Formats: sequence, C-alpha cells, structure tokens
Amino acid sequence: MQLELGHIEVKDVQFGAKTEFRNGTVFINKNELLEILKNEHFSKIELDIVHPGDAVRICPVKDVLEPRVKIAGSGQIFPGYFGNAEMVGSGRTHVLKGMTVLTVGTIVGFQEGIIDMSGPGAEYTPFSKTINLVISADKKEGLFQHEHEAALRHTGLKAARYVAEAARNAEPDQISTFETRPLSEQLNQYPDLPRVAYVYMLQTQGLMHDTYLYGVDVKSILPTFMYPTEVMDGAIISGNCVSACDKNTTYHHLNNPVIDDLFARHGKDLSFVGVVVTNENVTLLDKERSSSFTAKLVEGLKVDGVIISEEGFGNPDADLIMNCKKIEALGIKTVLITDEYAGRDGASQSLADGHPLANAIVSGGNANATIDLPPMGKIIGHIDAVNIIAGGFDGALKKDGSITVEIQAITGATNELGFNQMGAIEF
Amino acid sequence: MAEIRVVHYLNQFFGQIGGEEKADITPFSQEGTVGPGTALQKELANDIKIVGTVICGDTYFNENIETAADKITSLVAGFKPDILIAGPAFNAGRYGMACGAVCKAVHEKLTIPVVTGMYEENPGADMYKKDVYIVKTGNSAAQMRKAIPALAKLAMRLVWGEVLGSSAEEGYLARGVRKNVFHKQRGSARAVAMLLQKIKGETFVTEYPMPVFDRVSPRSAIKDLSKAKLALVTSGGIVPKGNPDHIESSSASKFGRYDITGVNDLTKETYETAHGGYDPVYANEDADRVLPVDVLRQLEKEKAIGNLHNFYYATVGNGTSIANSKKYAHAIGEELKQEKVDGIILTST
Amino acid sequence: MDVPVVHICTVVPISLTVGANRIDPAVAIPHPLGNPQLSPDEEFILRRHIVENALRALTTDINEQTVFEMP
Repeated sequence: MQLELGHIEVKDVQFGAKTEFRNGTVFINKNELLEILKNEHFSKIELDIVHPGDAVRICPVKDVLEPRVKIAGSGQIFPGYFGNAEMVGSGRTHVLKGMTVLTVGTIVGFQEGIIDMSGPGAEYTPFSKTINLVISADKKEGLFQHEHEAALRHTGLKAARYVAEAARNAEPDQISTFETRPLSEQLNQYPDLPRVAYVYMLQTQGLMHDTYLYGVDVKSILPTFMYPTEVMDGAIISGNCVSACDKNTTYHHLNNPVIDDLFARHGKDLSFVGVVVTNENVTLLDKERSSSFTAKLVEGLKVDGVIISEEGFGNPDADLIMNCKKIEALGIKTVLITDEYAGRDGASQSLADGHPLANAIVSGGNANATIDLPPMGKIIGHIDAVNIIAGGFDGALKKDGSITVEIQAITGATNELGFNQMGAIEF
Repeated sequence: MAEIRVVHYLNQFFGQIGGEEKADITPFSQEGTVGPGTALQKELANDIKIVGTVICGDTYFNENIETAADKITSLVAGFKPDILIAGPAFNAGRYGMACGAVCKAVHEKLTIPVVTGMYEENPGADMYKKDVYIVKTGNSAAQMRKAIPALAKLAMRLVWGEVLGSSAEEGYLARGVRKNVFHKQRGSARAVAMLLQKIKGETFVTEYPMPVFDRVSPRSAIKDLSKAKLALVTSGGIVPKGNPDHIESSSASKFGRYDITGVNDLTKETYETAHGGYDPVYANEDADRVLPVDVLRQLEKEKAIGNLHNFYYATVGNGTSIANSKKYAHAIGEELKQEKVDGIILTST
Repeated sequence: MDVPVVHICTVVPISLTVGANRIDPAVAIPHPLGNPQLSPDEEFILRRHIVENALRALTTDINEQTVFEMP
C-alpha cells in the first residue's frame, strides 16, 4: 500500500467569506461551518482561532484533530464515519500542516485537559505551536454523558473534514511517499535488514476511555494487522481523554511518530513490515486473550523486534507487560514506550506492573510532576474544570486565575507514542 | 579567602589502626589526613582542606549504631566542617553501613553536605542511597585510584552548591527519584534506536528500570467468621453523593471515612464514584458494584459474619503514587486497629 | 497488626506484583462486584458469591501470595 502525503504549510488561519486556502492562509467561512456543526445536543457552539504566543488558555480540551483530505485512492479520511468504510492508506492525501481543529466545552468527565498558547504551560503541549481552530460546544441540560461525548467527537470530525476541503486543490509544499508491501513481498524486499513491527495499544475502557478503528469500538475487536499508512488517513480516531497528558488525540494518531520514525529508517537500517493494533480492556480474560493474540500475530510477521506503545496508565500497565512477556518469550525483542506516575516527588514506583523482560523502556516523563501556570488573559471554555480534571484538585485554580496542577492535566504532555522530547531519568 | 573545611570518616583499617582485630575500637578523631585521605586531599581544589579525620571500628559501629553515630557526629562537629566525606567503602558491608549511617546522621544534625562511595551491591548502598549521595565505585580497594578522584569531584560539586545532574551523569548511585528532562530526540526516535541496539545485541540503556515492590508476610486467617468484625476499604472512589471531601479524580491527596450506620444498600441517590480512571456509569447507578455493602449487611443479618464495621474508607486509586497509597494505608490501618477489626475487604477497580 | 486483608480486584497480575497476599478475582474494572448485563437479583447473587469467596480467603491460612479462584 503506497500513500503520498502532501503537506500544505499553513501560515495563518482567518475567518473569511469563503472557505479556501490562499497565499498560505486558510480562510474559514464561520457561518457555513456553524451551520454544519449545529446539533440538537448543544445549546451553544462558538468558534475561535488562536495562534502560538497568544495569552489564551483552553480548557477542558476534549480532542485535537488535523485537517486532511483524500485527493486520490480509495476511501475518505476518518473511514467508518464518512464514506462506506472503504480501506484507506493508499493514493494521495493532502494535509493542512501547522493547524489543528480542537474541541472544548462543558466538561464530559474528569479527563479533559488544558492547553496554554503561551507561558510555561506551552512547553508541555505540542498544540501551543499550532494555529488552532477552537470549537466550544456547550451541552443542553439532561444530555447523558455517552451522548455528550459522541456529539463532541462527531463535531470534531465534521469540522476537521470541512476545513480540510480547503486543501483539496492546493499545491503541497512537500510530498512524502510511504509504502508497505503485502507481507511476503515486504519480507523479501530488504532481506539483510532487521525486520521490525509496531504494536499499537489503544485505550478501550468505556466512556471517555474509548478508541475507534474504521468506526468500530476497539474494545470489541480482536487484535489485527494494519498497514501503517491507514493510520495517516484517520483509520484510528480518539474517543478518550484518559488523562489529558497521555491520551492519544486524533492528531497524535494521524501523526503517529513511531510510524514516522520507522518509515524514516525503512530500507536503510530496518525493514518496517507493519502494524498490529490491540486494545486495553477491562477484564482479565480480555487482557490475556488480546496479548496472546497479539503475540501470535507478531510471530506470524516473522520480525526480529517490535516497538510497543501503551495508552494510559494503571491497569493498562498489565496489558503492556503481558504483551512484552509473551512476545519476548517468542525470541522477539521489544522496546516499550510508556509514561510514569512516580508521585509528585518522583520517588514512587512509576508503573503498576513490571517484569524483568521489560528491560528496554522509553519514557514520556512523570505525569505527576507539578507546574504553576500564570493567569491568562483569555480563557476559552470553562476554567473551573481545572479543579476536578485528572491532575487537578480542589483549589488548583486560584482566585487570581493562576493554576497549580500536575502536568497530567496538560494535553499531550507525556504522550506515549513518543511524540515529545520530554522523558524522565533517574536522579 | 576562607578555606573550605572537610572532615574525612574512615574505619579502623583505612584509618591505619589495624585489621579485624581492631574492628572494635571506639570512635576518635585526629587532625589532618590519614591513609587514603592524603590521596583525597590531592584531588581537592586548593582552598579545600581536610582538617580532620574521624575513625571508628566497623564492629563497634554496627553493634552500637546510635551511640556511635552520636559520638562521631560530635567529633565531626568539633572540626567545624563544611562537608563530610566518608570511605570509600567499596564492597565492605559493615564499613558501607557505617559510612551511610554516619553521613545521614551528620547531614541531619549539622545540615552540611555529605558524600560517600561504595560498590552498588554493598548493603549500605541499598540502605542509604535515598538519603545520601553515594559515588559508584568498584568492588575492592584495588580500585582506590579511580574511586578517590570520583569521590573528590562529587564532594566539590556538593560543597560548591552546584545543581547535580542525573545519577548516570554524575556517577552516584541512583536514588530512585524520577525527574523530567528534555532529550535531544523525541521518544519514538529514541525507541527505534534502542530497538536496533537490542536486536543487534549491542548495549543499550533503559530509560526506566523495572520497579520493585516490597512484600509483607500473610496474616493469620480469621478463626470464627460469625464473631468477626469486618471492615470495607476501597480504592474505587466510592463516596457519598456530592463527594463532600472533594477526593480528586486522579492523584488523590486524601482518603475519606464514611459512616454507614443503618445503611443497608448504596443507591444512585446517595453514593457515587469520584474515580476518573474508569467508566463511572455502572458505579454511579449502583455503588454496591464496587463497595458491596448490600451483601455484607445481608451476611450480617444472617449471622454469617459478626458485623460490618460502621465506617468504610475510600480513596481514588487513579494515578495515586505508591508513597501516598502507603501513607493512607498506614493511617487507615491504625484506625481499624483501634476499632478492633478482625478482617478487611479491600476492593479495587 | 495481625488482621488479614483480601483484595477483590480484576487485574490480578497487578495485585500480585504489588504484593497482596489474598486475592479474590473480580468481574471487570468498572464493576468488580457487578454485571450490568444481569438482572438486579442475579447481580446480587453474583456479588454474594464474590464476597463469600473473599470470606473464604480471610478464613484460610496461607504461607505465600494466593489467588482464590472461584470454586
């Protein structure tokens, strides 16, 4: 499967008369978009555009997405939500690079996050460096949590799809080509290079903890094989926030850095044969079943090693260790990417489970480390959510608008796909 | 310029008193350097002077830890030091224990920086690495020539008040504290590089060594359930509706104690979950699904158990650190001990 | 303190790793002592079985970490 990814560099985003891309700027017809997003579940929807460096705080953030549109090849971006769930990952896709669409509004659960566009908090989220179209949607009274979450999720998807249309006829500044061949061919393409696969763990524990593959709730699947390029076309989207710091936003899935970095060395010093996607369910039986199935699929790929990324923390640490143990038992080497919950002083054990075979770990950092955020000129959303979101606490928001929280509350801070440079080391 | 004053601690052997036969000598002090102190002095900057040495027998120290540590601390104080350097002890167990204990006591009493050196398997290392900077050394005095400069270097950084880097950078034994740092590469690139090293059989360094958890021995079984008082504790975050104590949805900073006198069943009007790490719908509908009050009240009625303690304890086990969990457990345990509870049922989500 | 504790939990491997001595496996993370697919009466019976298993753990002498699988 071969995909050409065309990056269109976005220098600015503005509201305008017509939704289009012109001279480096994405113009968005506000009223037209609001019309499309109108929804019986929301009492109010507002749109804002924020730029890196703005004195703006956005909270509680639900999801962050990137506008992408398919120019050629089967299917549509976010298959399973749009189109007939045709397979994606081939042909050509345009990306509006340098901007995001993000959803915020009345808090759904405890797990949403904070994005600061400037100040110390900006260091901890990648989304302080992108121009963001912020969609604030407030729910109507009486809406059930599941309906609220679904409505917000669909809002983000529809908005990203709408904005992406501006890229359809734009000339990309840069085109990269990614190719994964069917397995037997791929195995023979670089016979002398070590063969590597990627085990992609997805959070699947219920409300605010779900992920979707071609529109299917991943808690109901058995682990399965994917071509890496399918992820670039939005085959995996996020329905979860389980904690803002380490939930994979849809943007993270679209821009999966493990897939990027494996492709970067593909054909040079490794052969990247494919992706196995698996879940993190809430029963012991499911955990055992999925990890055994994953190990079996990995064995079938005849690889020398795998990278395994976790999503979330706590009980999924058990899934991570099971995947590691069972794959290592087959003689296949593993490297795990996770984050840590070592307490505010960094002195507690960082993971809830462990095993001597898990001897190669890359860390996204200690999520319990605290940070003081200064008051911000403008707030988009409902800032008192800070007192109850994961990483926050009663009194986290002070009268003057300053905030003390764990970085757990900052969107993307300790991402376990290895998106960030931040990690943790031993002192 | 005022010179920086150092005191050096040694055992009977390095203190040139004698071998095993002198391991029972009581602590005493001497001006200037003794034994390896001379080499140590050469490695220290010009304005840093070892003004005195305190010596004590390893056997005497380990058999009289408190009194020996007190006496040694006063001897050290007598020199008005800016820093204490102990050892290096290499793999000598009693010497390592003594170096660690002396450093800890002096640091606490005189609030000056302290540093020692030993092999990572020295029992003194395990015991004191969290309290005291311990320079990593080889496992025998044959490595003295390498250990002394390393010990001197860390001592100088400490006495100059410099901010220390990670254990790997500075050469001290890891103290079990995780700190966030910004690497040059993103995590995924670091993972790919590490995987290739691992596949090729090359040395690689994990960013996180596996955690080790302590163990407690099992307690005796309850002999007569029909007379037993049982208590419920949960990490599932079940709290009275409205979460009156504002227990956090993650990284709980507290636990709650709630009166269930006369409560036979938890309902969605009266109880909820504060835990942010699982789908709350089911627990909010019926909190007995996490805290089985209804069943225990039934068993109480049937006299299958003596009684259900009228208070339950709850916290949120979502991202709650081990250290805090231990703290809450000790506090809850103490209270339940006072209440003469015979058994505890702990539920988790 | 010589008071036995039994841990009712779903992710038994974590309980073993962190050192619980008496472990009683539960149904699922969001409802360890429940099953929303059952009727309330059936759920109560299920919950009672899990609790009775926990009591079995509390009244059994052990020397090492033990998972009390439902008989």
